Amino acid sequence: MKYIDEFREPELIARTSAEIRRLADPARHYRFMEVCGGHTHAIYRFGLKDLLPPNIELVHGPGCPVCVLPMGRIDDGLAIAAQGGVVFTAFGDMMRVPGTQGSPLEHKARGADIRIVYSPADALKLARANPEKHVMFFAIGFETTAPSTALTLMRANAEGVRNFSVFCNHVTIIPAIRAILDSPDMRIDAFIGPGHVSTVIGCRPYEWIARHEGKPIVVSGFEPLDVLQSVAMLLRQLRAKEAKVENQYRRVVPWEGNRAALRAMAEVFTLRSYFEWRGMGFISQSALALRDSYAEWDAERRFSVPGIRVTDPKAAQCGEVLKGVLKPAQCKLFGNECTPERPVGALMVSSEGACAAYYQYEHRKSALVSIPA
Amino acid sequence: MCLAIPGKILEASSVGLNRIATVQFGGITRQIYLDFVPDANPGDYVLAHVGFALSVIDQGEAERTYALLEEMGALAEDERGER
Repeated sequence: MKYIDEFREPELIARTSAEIRRLADPARHYRFMEVCGGHTHAIYRFGLKDLLPPNIELVHGPGCPVCVLPMGRIDDGLAIAAQGGVVFTAFGDMMRVPGTQGSPLEHKARGADIRIVYSPADALKLARANPEKHVMFFAIGFETTAPSTALTLMRANAEGVRNFSVFCNHVTIIPAIRAILDSPDMRIDAFIGPGHVSTVIGCRPYEWIARHEGKPIVVSGFEPLDVLQSVAMLLRQLRAKEAKVENQYRRVVPWEGNRAALRAMAEVFTLRSYFEWRGMGFISQSALALRDSYAEWDAERRFSVPGIRVTDPKAAQCGEVLKGVLKPAQCKLFGNECTPERPVGALMVSSEGACAAYYQYEHRKSALVSIPA
Repeated sequence: MCLAIPGKILEASSVGLNRIATVQFGGITRQIYLDFVPDANPGDYVLAHVGFALSVIDQGEAERTYALLEEMGALAEDERGER
C-alpha cells in the first residue's frame, strides 16, 4: 500500500456512491459540514459532490487558517516587516492574502524582505544563517501546524537563537465548531471531522458534539474514498438515530492524538482569552499566544504592533461563505471583482478556501453544463 | 493548509537534539523531523506536514478500512440486485 491510489479506486468509488444513495432518505435534506478546508478542496478537486444524491448538501466550514485570519493581523505582521533589518517569513499560501496596503508579495515588490518558507524550521535556519538580521515567522494554522511552531521555538530557546521571533496566529478548531453550532442561522445535521488536526488532538475533543449537541461526527481522511465512506458512516448514524464520534481515518489518526505534539504545544503556548476570526467575530479561547517564558521570541512583544482592526470590504461576503450560509458563487464579487489572480477576500487565495476551490474546479464546469444538450 | 502527505522513510539519523529522516514522497525526497513520531523507523510511512512527521501510518488499519469499503460496496450491490 502507498496509501493514496488505493483510496482513489474508481470501481470502489462507484460502489460507495451507490451505497450512499441507498442509505440516504429521499424525503430528507441533509446538511453535512466539512470542517476542514482540505476536505473542501478534495470535494471540488475530485468532483465528489457529483457522486452524492442532490439531497446531501455539503456545507464548507471554517477550517482554512488563511481564510479566517482578519485583515488587521496581516497589516500588523507587515508593519513589523517594514521595520529595518527584519526578514518576514511565512508559508506560501500567506503571500497573496490582501492586507489594507496590499499582500505580503506586493510589499516584497516594494522592497520589504519577505520570504516564503516551507517549514517554521526553515525560518529558524534562516535566522541562524543571518545573525545580523531579525527573522520573524508569521505563524498561521490550526493544531496540525502549531506543534511544529512550538518545537521550532523550543529549539530556538535551547540553542539561544535570539534574532528569531514568531508572530503567532495559531487558532484552535473546537471553539470554531462551537461558534458554528451556537450561530442561529446555522442548521447542520452532522460533521465531517478534520483529519489532520485530529492526528494531534485525537478524537476525544469532539465527544461533546455527539453527546451534548446530538450531532454525528466522523473524522475523515482526504482521499475520495475516505470522504465518501465518511458520508456513508454519517448517514448510517442518522438512520439509526445515533450521534457518536467515529474515526474513518484510523490509519493515520490515533484516538488519543499525538502526545509528543500536544506536549510541545503545552510547553510553548497559552490560550488567548479571545481572538478575532474573519466573518465570525471574536471567539473566546480560540487562539494561541506564546507563554511568558517565550516572551523573548514573541514578535508581538518585541515589536510595536499597531493592532488596528480592519473591517472587510463591505461588498465581499466572506463571512457568510465562511460560515456556510452562502455558497461561493452567491457572493456578488465572486468571479467578477474577486478572482484567484486578484483576490478581494482570503477565501479566494488559499487553495483550501471555498471560493478558490469552487472557482478552480466548479465554476467553469457549471458554465459548461449550462450549455443546452 | 493542513495538507499532509504520506511518504516513506528511507533513512533516519540524529542531528544534535533532533531525529531527522530522509522521506520519499512519490518521486521526490525531503528532510523531515521525527520528533513527534519517536518510534518511526526506516521503511515506515509517515504523514508529514510543514517538515514534521505527525503520525506513522498504520498499515493494518489502512487494510481494515479498505476491506470495509470493499464490503460496503458488495452490500450495496446485493441490495440493488446487481451482478
